Amino acid sequence: MYSVNYSRAASVADAVKTAKKADDAKFLSGGQTLIPAMKARLAAPSDLIDLSHIGDMKGIKVSGKNVTIGAGATHAEVAANAKLAKACPAICHLAAHIGDPHVRHMGTIGGSVANNDPAADYPAAMVALGATIKTNKREISADKFFKGLFETALKDDEVITSVSFTAPAKAGYAKFPNPASRYAMTGVFVTKGKDGVRAAVTGAGDDGVFRSKLIEAALSKSFDASALEGVSVSSDDLMEDIHASADYRANLIAVMAKRAVASANA
Amino acid sequence: MGMEGIGARVARKEDKRFITGGGRYTDDMVVPGMKHAVFVRSPHAHASIRKINTKAAEAMPGVIGVLNGKQLKADGIGNLICGWAITSKDGSPMNMGAWEPMATSTARFVGEAVAIVVADTQAQARDAAEAVEVTYKEKKAVTEPVAALKKGAPQLHPEAEGNLIYDWEIGDQAAADKAIADAAHVTRMEITNNRLVPNAMEPRAALGHYDKAEDHYTCWTTSQNPHVARLVMSAFYNVAPENKFRVIAPDVGGGFGSKIFIYPEEIICLWASKRTGVPVKWVADRTESFMTDAHGRDHVSTIEIAFDKDNKITALKADTVANLGAYMSLFSSSVPTYLYATLLSGQYNIPAIHCNVRTCYTNTAPVDAYRGAGRPEACYLVERTMETAARELGVSPAELRSKNFITEFPHQTPVIMAYDAGDFQASLDAAMKASKYDSFERRRKAAAKNGKLRGIGMSCYIEACGIAPSAAVGSLGAGVGLWESAEVRVNAVGSIEILTGSHSHGQGHETTFAQLASDRFGVPIDSVSIVHGDTDKVQMGMGTYGSRSGAVGMSAIEKALDKVEAKAKKVAAHLLEADDKDIVIENGEVKVAGTDKKLQWFEVCLSAYTAHNIPEGMEPGLKESAFYDPTNFTFPAGCYICEVEVDPETGDTEIIQFVAADDFGKIINPMIVEGQVHGGIAQGIGQALLECAHYDSGGELLTASYMDYAMPRADNLPSFAVSTTETACPSNPLGIKGCGEAGAIGSPPAVINAITDAIGNNNIAMPATSQAVWAAIQAAK
Repeated sequence: MYSVNYSRAASVADAVKTAKKADDAKFLSGGQTLIPAMKARLAAPSDLIDLSHIGDMKGIKVSGKNVTIGAGATHAEVAANAKLAKACPAICHLAAHIGDPHVRHMGTIGGSVANNDPAADYPAAMVALGATIKTNKREISADKFFKGLFETALKDDEVITSVSFTAPAKAGYAKFPNPASRYAMTGVFVTKGKDGVRAAVTGAGDDGVFRSKLIEAALSKSFDASALEGVSVSSDDLMEDIHASADYRANLIAVMAKRAVASANA
Repeated sequence: MGMEGIGARVARKEDKRFITGGGRYTDDMVVPGMKHAVFVRSPHAHASIRKINTKAAEAMPGVIGVLNGKQLKADGIGNLICGWAITSKDGSPMNMGAWEPMATSTARFVGEAVAIVVADTQAQARDAAEAVEVTYKEKKAVTEPVAALKKGAPQLHPEAEGNLIYDWEIGDQAAADKAIADAAHVTRMEITNNRLVPNAMEPRAALGHYDKAEDHYTCWTTSQNPHVARLVMSAFYNVAPENKFRVIAPDVGGGFGSKIFIYPEEIICLWASKRTGVPVKWVADRTESFMTDAHGRDHVSTIEIAFDKDNKITALKADTVANLGAYMSLFSSSVPTYLYATLLSGQYNIPAIHCNVRTCYTNTAPVDAYRGAGRPEACYLVERTMETAARELGVSPAELRSKNFITEFPHQTPVIMAYDAGDFQASLDAAMKASKYDSFERRRKAAAKNGKLRGIGMSCYIEACGIAPSAAVGSLGAGVGLWESAEVRVNAVGSIEILTGSHSHGQGHETTFAQLASDRFGVPIDSVSIVHGDTDKVQMGMGTYGSRSGAVGMSAIEKALDKVEAKAKKVAAHLLEADDKDIVIENGEVKVAGTDKKLQWFEVCLSAYTAHNIPEGMEPGLKESAFYDPTNFTFPAGCYICEVEVDPETGDTEIIQFVAADDFGKIINPMIVEGQVHGGIAQGIGQALLECAHYDSGGELLTASYMDYAMPRADNLPSFAVSTTETACPSNPLGIKGCGEAGAIGSPPAVINAITDAIGNNNIAMPATSQAVWAAIQAAK
């Protein structure tokens, strides 16, 4: 790791103020991706501004179907929240399967969403849930938030403060982990809500998270795994690496979608 | 045997310090004035080094020195060598290219050291290493072994034309060819043994300290064999004279073979310490480990096994190309030859065997011994082919193997090995019973109802441990003897120190070795200490690899204990006025048999040291040493059965059960042996399902971190069902065979045989990742 200035922000305003003064600041919210990258000298910010002690960014609020998760909520907190488990168990299931216990107790939903790793789990959930990403400046719909590999709509001095969504009638998530990193090699989050069916895919697209219109169309006819029998996903625009070819990922999209639907209906 | 003697499940003495963070590893060592080193490494797989500009780096904060290979050479430090000379079939010696500790003119793999920076802190050294400007001219690289031998392939070393290191053979080609031509059935396969990275938990490290006042060198290093490290570094690399040179291998966190070899880094740290005047410590980070630890396996083979009309094997013929990487590591040449082709008879009566092996240079990390070293490659070839043959012949895999088992011992194979003892049918029967093999088809049907493909596969392995005797391995080209030494020091109060030339880096020697003394004298193992890993404390020794510490290391201890026992009995007989033949030692007491006359163990020991009343002419003291050179290899063998369920939609394989029935001869501590088997099987399953070192065509290592290199984890593994049968090894005093590598040797073919059985496609290579299995299922449709 190169030397770096660390500061602990007391509030979002404080964090932004500190960031503006720095050469190349990075907000730290758990650090489960950023810190390893810095240790490997692949990232070298001049300043780290730690958001994890900002009280306003913590907490999970569930009021009927309306869910707001503070950006500072850890994966472990999301996984274990009883009210959330009642409203939208799929997101608790997703959070419970990110990384390992260490990662789940340090990593946060805000950090994960802001980082937009193409193999992270949360981006698929945000898109499929039609979530709203709230920042210190504005509200951005998930559809417009994720812009490609590690790219988001966030401006330099913009901090995610919470995410919110209306719990759908049904939701399910299934992922096939990369055998080495255990990130999603393909993960599919499906929902059925008042605006219809959504199916978002992570880990597979060569430009990050995306909605599969093919799967959404099939599930709109019948929200059942059997509706996906024989559906053949195209391998165009899918990632290829030593672990999975585009063809294999295309297959996994269909299979994981089936399993996500089965879990949503369970 | 007593509670803590031979055969007792004694908990490991050393584990308390390991699991409470009390272990002391090379990186824990601190010497006054110590500084830190970081290496500048080649980012290219193959490149000429035009210029190394160190000016900017030298001016950076905390930098003490920036040194390169030309300076090292000017100081008389020699090139690295391979210590086992293999002769090609045309009689020519192997073509060994020069391996400079730091490349001066050509870099031949990504990660090769080009310069070293010494600075006050590791971070400063790292910063300065980034500021060293090396001008390279890139050359074309080759990473695959078969491609490296093709005409026109990029050439690595002027000494090795066409990248060929040697073209070696064993066995009778004419006899094998004739038997194959006359056969009723021949099973032919093309088999790749995937390249693995050892991944010891503790990365390699070295701390070199030259003490100018004493003109003395000390090296703390992550070594499985510190005495060999000292010998090689002084005799061949001219780092320091042996009598002024101490090598200490303290607690070492796993080796799996990768810490046998002498690497450039320990040589350079010692030299840099003398050159800069400060003690120099280097600790590899994980990516350095991936790039520079000697890798394992990487064979491409064809094999034929011929059968007569009664399904009896008449011949086996194999042709192998083995990748040795960019340089010949210390024992690299022996792995694909004498540690490999000599095991191709497996557990079977095979009248004619022939194997041809070509080894080659490629632009990849050096390849050398890794848990099993040659024997997993042989076992995989034989056992994949036997299972395939059974399918082709329409007979059960167990029956085909059974019919061809060697049943009379000793048995001379056509490829050097003389098997001394074994009962292969006993292991097969035990494994069949434990796995409920007979009712498998019912389980297959039940799984099919749940949409899963269930398969079962077996592997009947044999391997060779305790490589020996020294004269024999010497005649085959080994540069060292392969005996072991021990010294048993009984203190005046009866407690015992055992100094051993073996080295424990996870094997539990501190417990197992102590059990021998506990068994012999009835003393608690807590009063027996094992001393190892320090050339200043321990007499010359050969170290730990090839599952030799039981069969060879403990045999040396046993011989020293014999001498101690004989002397103690003479002292006791003198004190008790009896004949020493009538003295028995048990439960800490020294008695005259059939009488009530006795002494406490410590009383006898004390008498030996006070020497007030010992037999006339006897030297005082109670301390004996022994060197033990075995008369033969030992031959652990067994049967592994693996049952899997494959998810046809994803290709994901779940191991439902894994049964191991091993014959390790006499067992000292069953719990530690089971631990060794568990670990070995985990590594074997890792090779079969997950692990592979991938280089791209340009020679970049794509799997240089755990983000891309898949290690087996707890949830990849079932609870193993392990058991043992026993035929004592006749060639060592304890009847021990060795257990450290069997799991890694025997398990991969069992796993792949199970998967291919499940999916109905025999054409799948290791690692059988979910993607590979899914693709094989698609191909079979």
